[in-house]
Amino acid sequence: MPDEYRKRLTKFVEMHANSELMGVLPERDWILRAPTLQRKLALTAKIQDEVGHAQLLYRVVEDLGKPREACLDDLIAGRSKFHNVFHYPTRTWGDVGVIAWLVDAAAIISQKALLKCSYAPYARIMRKICWEESFHILHGRDVILTLVTGTDGQRELVQEALDRWWEPLMMFHGNPIPADEDPMVQWRIKSQGNEEARQQFLEGYVSQVWELGLTLPDPKLRRADDGTWEYTEPDWDKLTAVVSGHGPASAERIAFRRLSRAEVEWVSRAVLAEAA
Amino acid sequence: MTAVYEVFRRERAGSAMQHAGSIVAPDERFAEIYAREQYGRRGESDALWLVPREAVNEIGEFVDEFDLKYRRVDGYSIKERLKEARERAGAAPAQPGG
Repeated sequence: MPDEYRKRLTKFVEMHANSELMGVLPERDWILRAPTLQRKLALTAKIQDEVGHAQLLYRVVEDLGKPREACLDDLIAGRSKFHNVFHYPTRTWGDVGVIAWLVDAAAIISQKALLKCSYAPYARIMRKICWEESFHILHGRDVILTLVTGTDGQRELVQEALDRWWEPLMMFHGNPIPADEDPMVQWRIKSQGNEEARQQFLEGYVSQVWELGLTLPDPKLRRADDGTWEYTEPDWDKLTAVVSGHGPASAERIAFRRLSRAEVEWVSRAVLAEAA
Repeated sequence: MTAVYEVFRRERAGSAMQHAGSIVAPDERFAEIYAREQYGRRGESDALWLVPREAVNEIGEFVDEFDLKYRRVDGYSIKERLKEARERAGAAPAQPGG
């Protein structure tokens, strides 16, 4: 395996693993505040799935040569990254629906493209991950549909959450670097360009949002005659700032991860002692 | 100490075991619990095999020391020979009565 390939792949899968692990924190806040027992169970199951994905992905990283402990150390020290969308707070139950539906929809587009990744052990676990993500989209869509068919207040909750989440969603797939200039595509780690993924997201989901009578906070958003989506260019410097730990909830999330790592340290000690 | 276990799963009776991924566990008991959680909690598997990575005897090199290429599909140059044979046939005099 060429060194540069290993380096890029390790960093990429580690970032993916970090995102799964950090991605449960915004949702975790809502377990105790879920509106019904069914929702609480479904949300807990989703969170278990995401943590499971992190476990699988850290295994791949470990096999590539970076120990899990080192990954977790780097994460809480702010030396490694996780996806932009997990640097934002969740203010209402509407956020939970928007995350499970649209954030997971955006994620599954990138993840499906990884099924063709040149590193087969990564591609194999992506099959399981994609399969489970499809449950999450279903769960999110169900939450949204329940809210938009409820009271005016519930509907407003969704619209307000959507207004806040649209910018991070448009940034999610990254800056529109041409696929043939993207080293991740050249190494066949990724098989699609950033803009291609964003276009696929817009093509698949904008109409699903609009058909519910909801609006998206971008006056320039429209589908051109040739089928490509036009939109207001996101502020890419802001994306860079957010993913390097300067998002509205970055510090709080990393602090929480640090705390929970310290708090559950006894569990791994106990497990290892018991097995010894 | 922990060990890596390779996990193979079978989707349904009658199909082949396929490599699914790996888990890391302190012993076989924990390995089983983790494997059930990771690869069986949604009824997606009919059976799992857990194999300590250390138990896997991998063979990755196949050196053809004696040039036994007649055993391989790439050991025959049919394409070139066929081309040559066709050319010769084309250049040959017409068949009697043809």
